Amino acid sequence: MSFFAVDGLTMRFGGLTALDDVSFEVDRGMIFSIIGPNGSGKSTAFNCISGIYQPTAGKIYFEGEGISGLAPHHIARLGIARTFQNIELFSTETTIDNLMLGRHQHMHSGVWSGVAMLGRATSAAREETENRERVQWIIELLDLVRVRDRPVGELPYGTQKRVELARALAMEPKLLLVDEPSAGMNADERAEVAVRMRELRAELDVTILLIEHHVQLAIGLADRVLALNFGKPIAQGAPEEIRQHPEVIKAYLGDG
Amino acid sequence: MIEPTRDHYQDIRLFTARGSWIKLILLLVVLVSLPLLLPGYRVFTLNYMAVFVIVGLGMNVLVGYTGQVSLGHAGFLAIGAYTMVLLMTRLAVPFPLALVMAGFVSAFFGFLLGLPALRLAGPYLAIATLGFGLAVTQIIAHSALFGGHMGLVVPDATVGPFPLSGDVSKYYVIVGITFVLALGVRNLSVTRVGRAFRAISDSEIAAATMGVDVAYYKTLSFAVSAALTGVAGGLLALMTGFISPGVFTFTLSLMFLAMVVFGGLGSITGAVLGSIVMGYLNLEMDAFQELPVLGPALEGFSERFMSTVGLPNFGWVVTGMLIVFTILIEPRGLYGLWIRALDTTKRSKSTDADLSRSGPGAD
Ligand SMILES: Nc1ncnc2c1ncn2[C@@H]1O[C@H](COP(=O)(O)OP(=O)(O)O)[C@@H](O)[C@H]1O
Ligand SMILES: [Mg+2]
Repeated sequence: MSFFAVDGLTMRFGGLTALDDVSFEVDRGMIFSIIGPNGSGKSTAFNCISGIYQPTAGKIYFEGEGISGLAPHHIARLGIARTFQNIELFSTETTIDNLMLGRHQHMHSGVWSGVAMLGRATSAAREETENRERVQWIIELLDLVRVRDRPVGELPYGTQKRVELARALAMEPKLLLVDEPSAGMNADERAEVAVRMRELRAELDVTILLIEHHVQLAIGLADRVLALNFGKPIAQGAPEEIRQHPEVIKAYLGDG
Repeated sequence: MIEPTRDHYQDIRLFTARGSWIKLILLLVVLVSLPLLLPGYRVFTLNYMAVFVIVGLGMNVLVGYTGQVSLGHAGFLAIGAYTMVLLMTRLAVPFPLALVMAGFVSAFFGFLLGLPALRLAGPYLAIATLGFGLAVTQIIAHSALFGGHMGLVVPDATVGPFPLSGDVSKYYVIVGITFVLALGVRNLSVTRVGRAFRAISDSEIAAATMGVDVAYYKTLSFAVSAALTGVAGGLLALMTGFISPGVFTFTLSLMFLAMVVFGGLGSITGAVLGSIVMGYLNLEMDAFQELPVLGPALEGFSERFMSTVGLPNFGWVVTGMLIVFTILIEPRGLYGLWIRALDTTKRSKSTDADLSRSGPGAD
């Protein structure tokens, strides 16, 4: 059984079929890219995987277990983290507090131990301190040191995208779903995103499922690519195959 | 950019700045000496304000952090008050234990109310909680166990060997508890559970994808908020010596919601400030009368133009206007005004690079 698999995934919204019988498998350690023009169902696939949408049909397997139908917080606890195309940060909280939320499932303090935090030796304080230390390297890796204690709502768009990625990494996920990391960025910033993704894959034991509107970036990073159009899988394979695939070229005519 | 190794505990410690200890000691000195400096009847007012502060802390957890709305917190106040009094009269439970039980019983009802609240949001939740508050008073008013409309007399309370007879001794108990609970809520807000609460109000979807069980934390938030309000109810009974359904009105629930919005949502300082002001106004609305020239003038105005009830009515108008103007000037309420005032004084005092005041510890 593969590390992660989607089998016959279908999602309908009323009369609209956003995903139509989509299947793919992802091996551990891969970067797997999903490409497709706007509205082709990429984000919908992520929403199904992370439990926000209940698929109309089809199954999703993670490490051999069926996960479709589970609530989002259960799926998160299994080790699947994600970012959102339209940033979903806790905007009134600081960068560090956003990351600490990512630590939620690895921490245990409840109401009582939280209330009774009376000095650094108490359990809640120790847990807080340890976990803050633990995410410090992520803050450094993603160049967030200077904005560590700033409310993220005030940060520039690109920085918010990094905070969101950092928060997902703070969860120490096995599978990371990244939705459009380079959206709204210029060529330089896009190159930076590419470097960062490779870095993550090299340094962490994490499998990455990447949605990217920018085809060159998506294909350049990927070990394997799935192309969608109007919710239908039109091609799947190694990056070189996809680059030359007639259906893909057709779908992207005029799209760069 | 490499940082020197940082002490991560400083993020969450209570006293971040060097002067904080001094401020705390000053505050304690003021709190301890206040009842000795003020005329006796004012101590009753202080006690009432402290009870409001505890409710404000509870409302802040539910409304300010978790982003849920409640128009029924007078119901929890009643549950706390009646639980404590019945335990003391019927089962001879000592006051401290009865007060703790008041918190637990109220928390249980908060949990129950939190369950339907999971499916409701915004105006629907407001109506559900409103119904809860009304139902509690109705049930109390029509049941012999609770003394019906006539109410119940609160038995004399003792803490260990010490009788709580006068307002001053009650003051030290009530304000002491208020102080401890405020610290507790502050600690809660900077640790895991508080963070989960706040995440829910910012983005439920994001919270869930971080592993936060949104349903669980919403009900937990109701329970914590109700527990605090239940304790406040017990203390209200202690200080007034008498409880009846007429105390726990819908208007009171409205006040509770208004005071945390007025104080500044999501901030403990704001909740405390808002509750102090609202508690004072709620009890002393007709104190306008005592003002030298203004009092009679207002009274005349009110009687001529407003209603036959006169001045109490005017008190409501003043309260309402105060809330409206504060929110218009500063949406973050009193807390926002406070922060602005601090910023201004800081800026005029120094041009230090270190102006960073935010961070949870400062709140
Ligand atoms: N919650 C929803 N309700 C109705 N339609 C939706 C919903 N989510 C997505 N869709 C529709 O599904 C299609 C695919 O959207 P999406 O997955 O966001 O595309 P992509 O991420 O590939 O740009 C679009 O036509 C979109 O309007
Ligand atoms: Mg999308």
